[in-house]
Amino acid sequence: MTLVSQATPSARTGASPAFLRKIVVDPWLFGIFVLVTLSVLVFAALPIFTVMKQAVVTEEGFDLGVLVNTLSQSFVWTSLANTLMLGATSAVIATAAGFLLAFTATRTTMPGKTFVHGVALLPIISPPFVMALAVVILFGRSGLITRELLGIRNANVYGFHSLVLIQSLAFTPIAYLNIRGMLQSIDTALEDASASLGASRWTTFSRVTLPLVTPAILSSTLLVFVKSVEDFGNPMLIGGNYNTLAVEAYSQMVGYFNLQAGALLASLMLVPSMTAFLVHRYWVSKRSYVTVTGKPSAQTIRISGSVVVPLAIGCYAIVFAILLFYLTVLYVSFTKLPGVNNTLTLDHYATVFTAGFQTLSNSLLLAGIATPVTAVAGMLIAYLLIRKAFPGSFLLRWGTLLSFAAPGTILGIGYVSTFNAPPLLLTGTAFIVVAAMVVKNLQVGIEAGSNQLRQIDKSIEEASTILGASNTRTFFQVTMPLLKPALFTSLSYALTRSLTTLSAVIFLVSANWTLITVTILSQVETLKLGVAAAYCSILVFVVLAILAVMQLVLNSTSKR
Amino acid sequence: MSKVIFSNITKRFPGVAGATAVDRLNLTIEEGTLVTLLGPSGCGKTTTLRMLAGFETPTDGTITIGGRDVTNVPVNARNVGMVFQSYALFPHMSVRENVEYGVRLLNLPKGEMKDRVGNILETMALTQYADRPPSRLSGGQQQRVALARAVVTQPKVLLFDEPLSNLDAQLRERMRDELRAIQLRLGITSLYVTHDQSEAMAISDRVVVMRGGVIEQDDSPVNVYSRPGTGFVAEFMGKANILEGKVETVDETTVRVRIASTVAFTLPRGNRAFRVGEAVRCVVRPEHIRVDADGTMEAKVRRVVFQGAYVEYLTDLEGQECVFLDTDYYKSGVAEVGQTLKLSIDSRPVWILPETETAALGKAA
Repeated sequence: MTLVSQATPSARTGASPAFLRKIVVDPWLFGIFVLVTLSVLVFAALPIFTVMKQAVVTEEGFDLGVLVNTLSQSFVWTSLANTLMLGATSAVIATAAGFLLAFTATRTTMPGKTFVHGVALLPIISPPFVMALAVVILFGRSGLITRELLGIRNANVYGFHSLVLIQSLAFTPIAYLNIRGMLQSIDTALEDASASLGASRWTTFSRVTLPLVTPAILSSTLLVFVKSVEDFGNPMLIGGNYNTLAVEAYSQMVGYFNLQAGALLASLMLVPSMTAFLVHRYWVSKRSYVTVTGKPSAQTIRISGSVVVPLAIGCYAIVFAILLFYLTVLYVSFTKLPGVNNTLTLDHYATVFTAGFQTLSNSLLLAGIATPVTAVAGMLIAYLLIRKAFPGSFLLRWGTLLSFAAPGTILGIGYVSTFNAPPLLLTGTAFIVVAAMVVKNLQVGIEAGSNQLRQIDKSIEEASTILGASNTRTFFQVTMPLLKPALFTSLSYALTRSLTTLSAVIFLVSANWTLITVTILSQVETLKLGVAAAYCSILVFVVLAILAVMQLVLNSTSKR
Repeated sequence: MSKVIFSNITKRFPGVAGATAVDRLNLTIEEGTLVTLLGPSGCGKTTTLRMLAGFETPTDGTITIGGRDVTNVPVNARNVGMVFQSYALFPHMSVRENVEYGVRLLNLPKGEMKDRVGNILETMALTQYADRPPSRLSGGQQQRVALARAVVTQPKVLLFDEPLSNLDAQLRERMRDELRAIQLRLGITSLYVTHDQSEAMAISDRVVVMRGGVIEQDDSPVNVYSRPGTGFVAEFMGKANILEGKVETVDETTVRVRIASTVAFTLPRGNRAFRVGEAVRCVVRPEHIRVDADGTMEAKVRRVVFQGAYVEYLTDLEGQECVFLDTDYYKSGVAEVGQTLKLSIDSRPVWILPETETAALGKAA
């Protein structure tokens, strides 16, 4: 009884100093925290809210009439329905294909696994619309297959069917990696146990393996869905009359200068994206039976014999399609006028390296700035969130989550609308492009950093502080070096995304600062397919080369 | 110079209602001595240590080091050294870099820094491993690096958080003696946390037994073992029989307690007061009971556990459980369950638990 009566007052007096002490002990780190949080709020949350506001508020203030008027137009609902339909179809097909690849690669004796793995990852490191380019070249009006091989004169490549094909292939790697990770972390002893209890191979698969990877299957479906909703390049190039929200928002903004309709469409994109993202984060990921540690347990492969044949054929077909598309792009980049004049030439590369060189160097420069900033900021934010938990860190957490889940279109429109007047007059500058790249890709670094931090013994950092180092010093001298693997994950992701992104930056590029992806898009639109293909090939090559160099650096520095 | 005083320290963790880790703790660590906090997990010993380190802030009370109030001083400004349970060696630095880390922050002249690091590596027999990463050292060597790193900055206070729990039994004893030797040589005020009572007794000047966030007993190792303040301390410090008895007679200097019809002790009573007929509880260590054909005490064997060096018997002494060890089993053979043994107890080390404990138990019941 005496304990209870004494507890309340001292708890109260104790709470406030402890709260303040966290800040006083670390003035530097708290300063960094405030700076980072403010940046995230200004560059991630504010633009998105600006767009949402613009969707309902016009120059004359809140006007229900305008909103109703916009909502009553059919293009809004058509594009919404199109987006959902495309997203759902691509998600299901890509996940099925990803599962087929993952299961066959981890559980069967299919020959050529390394090759299948390598090719299956190709779409991840290239802009998604490389596929669209390939499809136009192969199946378009003067397509290499449709016209040259089959003699079809009026093939219609534009529309839903092509979009599904392209997105499924482009997003299969996401599902493949996700499901493969989970299949690898399932202890194969579980499947052995099932077999030893007398279950047939099919029973083991359907009653043990499949239920165990269901969380990964659901998670892949949702992730691909989000990617599909966000995709701008493919629907733009090959959607034809099948307009999705991303395309419709762009054409309302840029084509009709209808800011309110563009903002509304972009805000509508948030609904499916955020829903799928939140379901994924707070429901699916909590239903996992296994923790994906990134450390594959010992795998015994025991599915062999005739059942492997159909599985392997399926995998080879997917890999063949991906390879065909990429090789087509490579071939076309060396071809005078595909389908008309198939002589080999270096003209397109000459164009890229002369007239188009600025685009290429801009892209490399801006991505080169954005990449390290993204990676270091990601580690820093992970540290602030996991280790420090300053008052107000929920703002930081939610700000970064929002920017990750929000489609690039809304971010791009938001940047244009938010930063077009002093004191934040940034439109047309390189800074705004870099900011968009950083904000859009920050979350992956934060996730990687957080996971790594949870595995680092906290007392290593405590040892540093008790030896006299400040927390800021501890972060840069002790924590950061230990976060190196996560840092490299983040660097690779940020680099790849920054070089291949389109949906956000298309609103931000200017005469001074244009990017390679935007240039490719306009080359395809003006049917300069050869130049576009040359750009794509260079882009893929550059990304591969930089990733290889980074891998080398990582390997050589972690020999210790 | 660096005496440590905890005054009325309370630590409550937010959230869970009533999660009081440490409750109005008062503790003094005299200059140059090594005090051990001993107790089961969750008793508040680690929290107390971490409050002295500065990783946790007390909800209430003050902590002083050498007369300076450090309650609100940040960790990195306390000049306290610590050896962690996991050693917490920086995996990306060599042994030398690990040891240098804290010295660099002192802004010493370069020569002095090199000397200090060199000397401590020499002292710890680590010179030949100086350029290796910690991961390529054995457990004992890693332990020495952790200690070298903690003492090289010449901290006022040295903290040990279960430093030996990751070592195997043999190495643990050797490292324990090494730690103690270095602590004595440096004369550094130390606080040591462990849940291993034999480690605590072997290494400490004083042992502080904690339970539920409060100190049960703060005493010398010998007293904590042989004159426990409470039944909890008696049982925590090693195997103990706590036998209930009644005071038969009291005179000027002695008190006679009867445990069973065949067992009674006459003990010096010191300055403690006893009433005839009063119920008391006596601590009898198993090693003080032996099989004795001439013994008056009789007990029935319930369980026999053969341990090699000795046989452990669990016996029934007129309804009370009584455990003892027989190291001479080779002479008369191992008894069987159900057999009645003749025993004798050396009454000199028998200890009557102080009354407060009996009273407290009565109240609780």
